[in-house]
Order: sequence, then structure tokens, then C-alpha cells
Amino acid sequence: MVITTTIPDHRAGELLHYTFASRYAGAPVPKFKMPEKSIPKEAAYQIINDELMLDGTPRLNLASFVTTWMEPECEKLMMASINKNYVDMDEYPVTTELQNRCVNMIAHLFNAPVGETETAVGVGTVGSSEAIMLAGLAFKRKWQAKRKSEGKPYDKPNIVTGANVQVCWEKFARYFEVELKEVKLSEGYYVMDPVKAVEMVDENTICVAAILGSTLTGEFENVKLLHELLTKKNEETGWDTPIHVDAASGGFIAPFLYPDLEWDFRLPLVKSINVSGHKYGLVYPGVGWVVWRTKEDLPDDLIFHINYLGSDQPTFTLNFSKGSSQIIAQYYQLIRLGFEGYKNIMENCMSNARVLKEGIEKMGRFDIVSKDVGVPLVAFSLKDSSKHTVFEISDSLRRFGWIVPAYTMAPDAQHIAVLRIVVREDFSRSLAERLIADIDKVVKELDTLPSRESTKAAHITATVEEKQHTEEEVLARWKRVLAAKRAGAC
Amino acid sequence: MVFARPASESDLSVISTSGSLYVRDSLPKYKMQENSMPKEAAYQIIHDELLLDFKPKLNLASFVTTLMEPECDKLIMESINKNYVDMDEYPVTTELHNRCVNMIAHLFNAPLGDSEDAIGVGTVGSSEAIMLAGLAFKRKWQNKRKAEGKPYDRPNIVTGANVQVCWEKFARYFEVELKEVKVREGYYVMDPVKAVEMVDENTICVAAILGSTYNGEFEDVKLLNDLLLEKNKQTGWDTPIHVDAASGGFIAPFIYPELEWDFRLPMVKSINVSGHKYGLVYAGIGWVIWRSKDDLPEDLVFHIKYLGADQSTFTLNFSKGSSQIIAQYYQLVRLGQEGYRHIMENCHENAMVLKAGLEKTGRFNILSKDDGVPVVAFSLKEKKGGHDEFEVSEMLRRFGWIVPAYPMPPDAEHVIVLRVVIRAEFSRTLAERLVHDISIVLHELDKLPAKVSAEGKEAGAVTAADEENGDIDGAVHKRKSDLETQREITTYWKNYVVAQKTIKRQKVMAS
Repeated sequence: MVITTTIPDHRAGELLHYTFASRYAGAPVPKFKMPEKSIPKEAAYQIINDELMLDGTPRLNLASFVTTWMEPECEKLMMASINKNYVDMDEYPVTTELQNRCVNMIAHLFNAPVGETETAVGVGTVGSSEAIMLAGLAFKRKWQAKRKSEGKPYDKPNIVTGANVQVCWEKFARYFEVELKEVKLSEGYYVMDPVKAVEMVDENTICVAAILGSTLTGEFENVKLLHELLTKKNEETGWDTPIHVDAASGGFIAPFLYPDLEWDFRLPLVKSINVSGHKYGLVYPGVGWVVWRTKEDLPDDLIFHINYLGSDQPTFTLNFSKGSSQIIAQYYQLIRLGFEGYKNIMENCMSNARVLKEGIEKMGRFDIVSKDVGVPLVAFSLKDSSKHTVFEISDSLRRFGWIVPAYTMAPDAQHIAVLRIVVREDFSRSLAERLIADIDKVVKELDTLPSRESTKAAHITATVEEKQHTEEEVLARWKRVLAAKRAGAC
Repeated sequence: MVFARPASESDLSVISTSGSLYVRDSLPKYKMQENSMPKEAAYQIIHDELLLDFKPKLNLASFVTTLMEPECDKLIMESINKNYVDMDEYPVTTELHNRCVNMIAHLFNAPLGDSEDAIGVGTVGSSEAIMLAGLAFKRKWQNKRKAEGKPYDRPNIVTGANVQVCWEKFARYFEVELKEVKVREGYYVMDPVKAVEMVDENTICVAAILGSTYNGEFEDVKLLNDLLLEKNKQTGWDTPIHVDAASGGFIAPFIYPELEWDFRLPMVKSINVSGHKYGLVYAGIGWVIWRSKDDLPEDLVFHIKYLGADQSTFTLNFSKGSSQIIAQYYQLVRLGQEGYRHIMENCHENAMVLKAGLEKTGRFNILSKDDGVPVVAFSLKEKKGGHDEFEVSEMLRRFGWIVPAYPMPPDAEHVIVLRVVIRAEFSRTLAERLVHDISIVLHELDKLPAKVSAEGKEAGAVTAADEENGDIDGAVHKRKSDLETQREITTYWKNYVVAQKTIKRQKVMAS
């Protein structure tokens, strides 16, 4: 930093020291209070870099849908724009323009009813959480305005969605004071049932949210069926309840692999869609998109207008200042890859997912819970969980460097626990084969070990009856631990 | 991309980008095109278009950091693929976040033990931080009112009209009424006396700004605290304070340590600060700290349990990058208190140099105070020939400087200011150069003809000149078309200025 003071003479010698010979390598790292003195930048870099070595390796993190690899050319663009504050639209008009182009392209991808050179209604966000909150806000405001004009109460809005919904919907509900009405799952059916969902719709429902790419199993919900049933109900009730599609994962998969699947704006009741740029949009964490069908679906009083020399720049986001890198990276990916590029990548992902699934099935110990059509992931449960659980497998796999999470399903299927492997674009076939071999090793290893529960039980029943309640306590505690491993999946 | 097929049959590795088709086709703007293109071409074309963005470091409108050390850039790039929210996978990154929260809480004199964990969180910016703080106040107030059996459907916040736009967003999106204390000429921040008068039983909090966007001034939080304490005694409402220290939070502790504005004042329950302003990190990071656990209602916090360990989270965003958080930790540890102090002192010095240079021209009034955020806000003493601050701003762009011009907030909108933000990378050399360029701009403006009014007053001058030339008949003709042209120009200019006023007012609230 050219502005900082020069280091006084008695400390200059430190600059010559080999980093690990200097006193910084021996001093405790500040954790609670800012240190009084500065330290050389090389030392600061080294200390932090070394601690960070103990973080997991992003590319081996098979729990996450979020992109962990991009081309060096793109990284160069990202680094060059890291000091651009996106919100300064007047100062960085080209960056703003790139965002608008992305919105247009994504809207067209979702078959929004916009003309060839018409600007779509949508915005870039920090992720699908912000996107969903904006979409939800729009629905809430629209519904409130309608109820007010009808002279009806508007203080108890609700959203209908599946219990498999991602945590950001619960956040939206809690923070924006909307009731969440969840359609419970059942064993073997791990997504929202459109029939049950439509039954739950009432006059206070601001929208029904369907997921294209359920977090737990990668499955696409049947938006078309939901649409048909809801259209019918709307005809009867006159409530005009709309649909939002949470396509966080599926939005960059379905258009390329399943173009005939009708889930987007081709269905008239779908009024807004969100997608994560940082999942299968193939960008590093920090970008999501929300697109509305038309101007009418976004109430004007939610939009803040910033006018530049007559031209209107409307903005509707929760975040304000933020980096520009991920937006530029998204544009890079869209034009660099084009339609064929994305298609090739998704096909590769599906192919690797299939290899993984077949390899796991061949072991004969697992049931595959994920479907072939959907997000490229493999979710599987143990056929027999009496001696060992998927949680133990997950733990053991860490020793090999793999992060494969284990979760219980959402209510009412919380007795089912699965392991889930997400196949991202940088998960090659060779890695898939290696993982299969390692899972096999782990399973065989666990076979040789006594089960944890039976060990505990053996200890306890070996003594007198008074220990019976302790056994119950232990089992109850273990059950609680298992139950606590709820969908913390993202 | 190692997984995509080549886009065409020809050997792309040989064709230079400039010789390829890609520079002849216009870039896609509405639809994804069918084919891929080589990564080198994609990089070059986007990079070239981005050259037309202005230079971040010369953007004197923004408080947000535009320069960091290469060592930090390296850390940023290395963590660009880490999704912050994966706390289980990246425990060290999470730990670094928590250390930042602790350090900042201590900086703000939060009532904590030496190794007690503070209550706070990293956000994407002060907007998210303010929304979280506001949500906490709203929920706490609602719970209290419910317990008292009183109505809780009309919450409001009291703040100054000089407040940043994210407060308006919070109010609109979370259905809270915004009660604004108007400013007046000469007093451009929230008046604590008026603010406390506006407080009623529905007020969820009073928000004070440490570092007003318009002129960098620190509001008198201590006075506000004292007045509010008294009112609370009388009413029993227990109305709290939030301090929006987006800019001031990383300045006051280092150069005004005696100034009481933070948790030393008992009514202050939460504070936000932008890591990406004087926290000296690139855009994308803010912090909000609560006084104690009691100030953050438990039902707003989501608990994510990973293998038994409880991770409580309270943010609006979920997945996001980790780079800025690591960069913040780097700065706190690399600079330490002395480093930050030196930088803030330098900024203050350079602000004084700029201010002195501007005063020496004799043409400006200075509207910023010496104490506060290092910002110089100035307006023209006299609008010679009708040329105003907006024109000065426009002409400075030619030199590469971005110096915005804004009207002050209501009720002082007739006052227009130019504002220069002194960031850490704005050296004395640049300050002197800016003064030099501003002088040139003033000279140029002085030479321009005065702007005419719509009634064409200046037309008289034309007539006189033409009469002198003896060309009366011709002058009548000429006069008419001159008048028309002048009217056209004036109307255009007026519309432009009016448009600018509305734009720029919203813009300044936006920074």
C-alpha cells in the first residue's frame, strides 16, 4: 500500500527474514481483538494461506452444486473487475450492459414472451436466495394490492410448497411474514405432489412454488401437471393463484437436455423463475438470476428508479454495493459456450452420473433414490441400515478426501437417510471410477466392524436392570442425533 | 473448456483473434447463440468492450475500495471457488469470519469479555446488514407489543432525510414506515432534538448515521442517546438506537477514539459498517454487530446442525463467495490498529490539502466538516453566467475524473454540491492535480457565453451587435433563427439539468 508509513529501521531487518524464521510464524494469531501493530504483507499472506490449507478442497466437495472450476481466461476477467462496484451503473455502463444481456439471454432460454429485441424483466442477484426473496416480495405485493382493491383482509399471506424446499424459502417466509404451507413427502415420493399442493391453495395463497431440481434427490417436480390442476382451480375460485418455479439447479439443465419438457414460461401461470448462475450456470459462487414473465408481474412500487440522462434504470435488489466479477463471468460463459457448449457439458455430467449410479448399484448394498431425469446427482440409501448407517459411510469417505454428505429426508419421510453425490462439470469419469472404488472399500471395511449401536447396547445390557433407562437414553440420544441431520443440504 | 467440442472445423489454434470471425460478428445481446467460441476470443472481446467502463481508481464518487495489495489479491483468487456457506467444508474460512466479527465488535466497544464470542455476522454490504438489524428491531418490538396486548401493525423508524437509499428499501420491503427528519440549509444531518420529538410508541428504533453520504459528517449520536434516554424514562417505550456506521465505523475508532458513538452509549443496540469502504476491502462485504444476544431475537436465527455442531446463521444471502471475508481478515491482521490509523490520518491530510486548494480559488463554499469521513463537499459561491455544479462535474470527466454533483436532501434541495471522496489510494499528488484541473474547468466555464433564459433576454445583445453592423433587415432574420436556436438549446439544457437533479439526488443516496 503506497500510502502506509515506511517501516522504522529497527524493524527493517525483518523483511530479510525467511518467513518461517521470522517471529510471525511463532506468534499466536489474532482472534478477538485487532492487533496493535502492522505486520509485513508477505507474513500476512503466509499465515492466512497456511491456515486455509486446512479447509476442504473445493473440487472434492461433492456436497455442493456450486461451481468450483472456471477457465483461466475467465479468471483473468474476474480479477480485472474485482475492484468494480457493480452498483455504480453510471461509472461502469458496459458492465451494467453485460448484466442486461445475461437477463435477456436467460429470459429467452426460459421462453419468456419477449420479442426478438425486447428487453426482458429480470435482474442479477447474489444467489438464488436473494432471487427468491425478490420474487416472493413481488407476489406478496401483487396479492396485497389485489386484496385491498377487493376490500378483503390481506394480513395472512401464505405460500404453498413442498417440504423438500430449500431453506431460503423458510427464510423468506420468516423474514417477510408469510406463512409456509408445506406439502409433506412420503416414502418413495420425495417431491411436492401437485394434487396435494393445489388442494392446499386458498384465497390467501400468494403463489405455489415448484422446484426444478429438488435439493434432496435432484428430481424435477411436475410443473405441467401443477399448472393444469391450478388452472382448473383458478377457474372455479377466481383467485388467479400464480406459480413460481425455483429452477436454482434445473434452470441451466432442462433447456439443454430436456427442451421438450414444459416447465417454464410456456405455461401461462408461471410468472417468475429463479436460477443460480453459480450452479449449472457454471460460474463461481456469488450470482443468481430472477426473471419475470412481464412488467405486470413486478409491482412498480417495489422498484427504485435511477434516471441517467433521461434513460430509466430501474433497480430491484436487496443488495446494493457488490462485486462485478461474477456477472462478467456469467456473460463470458454464455457467449463462450453458447447453446452447444452447455449441452455438451450437461450431457457429460449425466453420463458420469450414470456411470456412478451403475457402479454403486453393482455393489448390491444400496437403493438408488434419485431419478435418471433431473439434476445430475446420485442419491442412494443403504438397503440394510441395521448395522451401519450412511452417516458412518460419509465419515469414512472423508479419510480418502471425499466430502459426500448424508442427510435424512424431509417430513414425513425422515426415517429415510441418503448419501448424495452431486456431479458438477469438473467431476470427470476417472474421478467417478475412483469414488466407486473408495465407496466399495469403505463398505467392506465397515462390514468387518461391529455396529456402534450394538456395541453400546452390549455394554449396557451386560449389567443390571437399573441401566435399562440409560440404554433408552442412549438410543433416544442416537435417534435425536440422526434426526438432527435434517436437510442442511443446500 | 476441456469438455466442449471445437466450434468449427478450421484449426482455431492458428487463427489470431483479430483475424477470426469473432471480431466481425456483434456479440449476442438477447439470445444465446448456438455455437461455442474459443476462450481466447471470448476473453479478448469482453475485455475490449469493458475498456469503455471508467477507471475505478479515478471514480471519486465512491467510498468503495479500489486497490488492495497483490498478496491479498492472491488470497482472493485462491478462494474464489469457495462457497462461504459451506461451513462444514471450509471451517477455517468460517473461523476467519468469526474472528473478524470479534475484532470489529471490540473495535466498537461491545460489552464483551476478552475471549467471549461477539454477536454479529458478515454480509454482502451495508444494505444486507441494515436489513438484518432492522428486522431484529422489528421482531423485538412486535414481540414486546404482543406481550403488552397492543397493536403491532404500524412499526416505524425515525431517521434523517440524508439517509442512504437502503433504509428506504428496508422500509418499503419490510413494511415499516420511514419517518424522516428534514435537513435545512447549513445543517445537513439529522437533528437529534427533532428526531427524538418524532419518536412514538410505534418506533422500532432511531437510526443515526456516522458519516453522512452527502457531506461525510458524523451525526451527534451521544446527544441523541442522552435525549432518548430521557424520553424513554418518561414514556417507558425503551426505544433503541442503531448506528449506520457504513463509512465512519472504520474511521472514528482510529482518529477520533474519544468520540462516543458506539456501544459505549447504552441505547445503541446494533451497528453496521461496510468492510468495502474504509474497511479497505473490494466491493462485496459488510458487517453488522449486535450489543448482546438479547438484541437478536432467537426466532430469526436459523440453526444448521452439521455433525452435531450448531452453526447459527442469520443472513439474507446464502451461497456467496469467500474472497472478501478472507480479504477483510487479511487487512485487520496485516495493518493492525496502527496501520488503519496511518491510512485514515493520510486520508484526512489529503482531504485538507484538497479543501485548502479549493478555498484558494476563491470560487467555492466548503460544505463538509473537517471532522468526519474524509470527503470534500463544495458548491459554487456564484453561478457565473448560470453555469452550475453539474457542468463542472461534466467537464471534469474530460480529464478522466468522476466527481459527482448532487442536490442536498429535502428541505435543502436548492443547494447543489460537488463531492470528492478521499479513499486510501488518493494521494496528495492526485489531490493537487485535481485542484489544478478544477481551476482549468472554471476558466473554461468563465469563457463560455452565459446561459440564456427561455424568454430570450440575451436576444437584445444580438440585436445591438447587428445594428452596429448596420445590417438591420438581415439582423431581424438572423435574430429570429438565433432566438429559435437559443430557445432550443436552453430548453434542452433546462430539461437536462432537471433530469440531472433527480438522478443525482437518488445517486448520492445510493452511494
